[in-house]
Amino acid sequence: MLLIQCPWCGRRDESEFSYGGEADIARPENPDALNDAQWADYLFMRSNRKGHNREIWNHQHGCRRWFVAERDTVSYEIQATFPMGGQEQDS
Amino acid sequence: MEKYSALKLIRHALESNRKWPRAWRRPEPAKQYDAVVVGGGGHGLATAYYLASQHGMRRIAVLEKGWIGGGNTGRNTTIVRSNYLWTEASLLYEKSLQLWETLSQELNYNIMFSQRGVYNLGHTLQDMRDIERRVAANRLNGIDAEVVSPEQIKAAIPIINTSRTARYPILGASLQRRAGVARHDAVAWAFARAADALGVDIIEQCEVRGIDCEGGRVTGLQTSRGSIATGRVGLVVAGHASVVADMAGLRLPLESHPLQAFVSEPLRPLLDTVVMSNAVHGYASQSDKGELVIGAGIDAYNGYGQRGSFHTIEHAMQAMVELFPCFSRVRMLRLWGGIVDVSPDACPIIGKTPIEGLYLNCGWGTGGFKATPGSGWVLAHTMAHDDPHELNAPFGLDRFTTGALIDEHGAAAVAH
Repeated sequence: MLLIQCPWCGRRDESEFSYGGEADIARPENPDALNDAQWADYLFMRSNRKGHNREIWNHQHGCRRWFVAERDTVSYEIQATFPMGGQEQDS
Repeated sequence: MEKYSALKLIRHALESNRKWPRAWRRPEPAKQYDAVVVGGGGHGLATAYYLASQHGMRRIAVLEKGWIGGGNTGRNTTIVRSNYLWTEASLLYEKSLQLWETLSQELNYNIMFSQRGVYNLGHTLQDMRDIERRVAANRLNGIDAEVVSPEQIKAAIPIINTSRTARYPILGASLQRRAGVARHDAVAWAFARAADALGVDIIEQCEVRGIDCEGGRVTGLQTSRGSIATGRVGLVVAGHASVVADMAGLRLPLESHPLQAFVSEPLRPLLDTVVMSNAVHGYASQSDKGELVIGAGIDAYNGYGQRGSFHTIEHAMQAMVELFPCFSRVRMLRLWGGIVDVSPDACPIIGKTPIEGLYLNCGWGTGGFKATPGSGWVLAHTMAHDDPHELNAPFGLDRFTTGALIDEHGAAAVAH
């Protein structure tokens, strides 16, 4: 089980969190202007990185807030967690 | 290839089993091939075998980074079934199941395919409605399926807890009698041996590090054992599909997750069928060695580490003890993880890519083992004709652009 540093609540068990997938995927500002391939890229295509990864988690059974984690997808080590759009904090 | 038979067993036994020949050669990679399959798991080996046996292609190589049978082919819970909801999916898995039925004879290798039936349990009224719908859909597609009552389940599986007071009482199940299990790594060995006998070069310990493309078509591969020129490449690398496709600049709609399974100490025969439960999420069968083979769900996070979190297996174990109270003091012997590439609609991606001569076979998620022969069958057709087989035409990468998804996520029996 991972120990995850929630930026607001501190270090908690993984079972309190839910995983939100790849970070930094912004909804297109004007979806009507996109063609099908661009929309498919936003909706479905993922980087699925091996190694260093930026991803979002939700502290579902805690403060219920979303945050960003930097985690290695091979060693599973969490290098840092910080609020959405915020500054890096020690993990 | 030495043909295996009872007579051969006796003869080799008399020679103290010292003179068995290698099951497949260990060739050096050639400079050029007509087709290269990247990934020496069951699906990749089946693809190479059918390319040679059905499409008369020669000069085929299978490149495997590790060793044959060391990846997901040897890491799954060996369940084979075809009771999917949607027509596209059920026809593909049914083709595979039909190939399984004669595979031992065709490959001259005992893959221990045992059609012991698979029960998919329902625990809520909605489960039962879904089961009845799926069974009806299966029958319309010519696939054997039936709905069974808790009494019938109890009669067939005496150790299961069908008490009405259980936390998640069993209200019924779907049963596919032709479904079952197979010896997983024997499937890889059998396909490797049969493909090798048809001249396929199986090259182990050969990692692909680059895909050469020129003018929108594939021209070769860079590997840890030199460059290989080829005009046709099939990527059949399961959990690492995104990583390898990225070498050709392709983005895929996949997320790789750890999926864990475990086996118990050997027990006397007590479970002669396969039981799967979607609602409490766990599935179990008993191997011929007597071990209970139990599978968990995927871990939530993306991962390539071939291991997952403890609470995931604890959850699966809780489900098992709930279903089979007599398992509560059984000790688990081994636990392992594999990396599964999950697609948005829980269906595989098999077909052409925007790069000419580059073909994909990925996205099988948690349920690829059952499709091993069928997957190879349709990818071999696609690679040989540069056009998909009618069974895999709906499974192209372009479905994520057109929106024609085949949503088996909630609808299939899910756990694999």
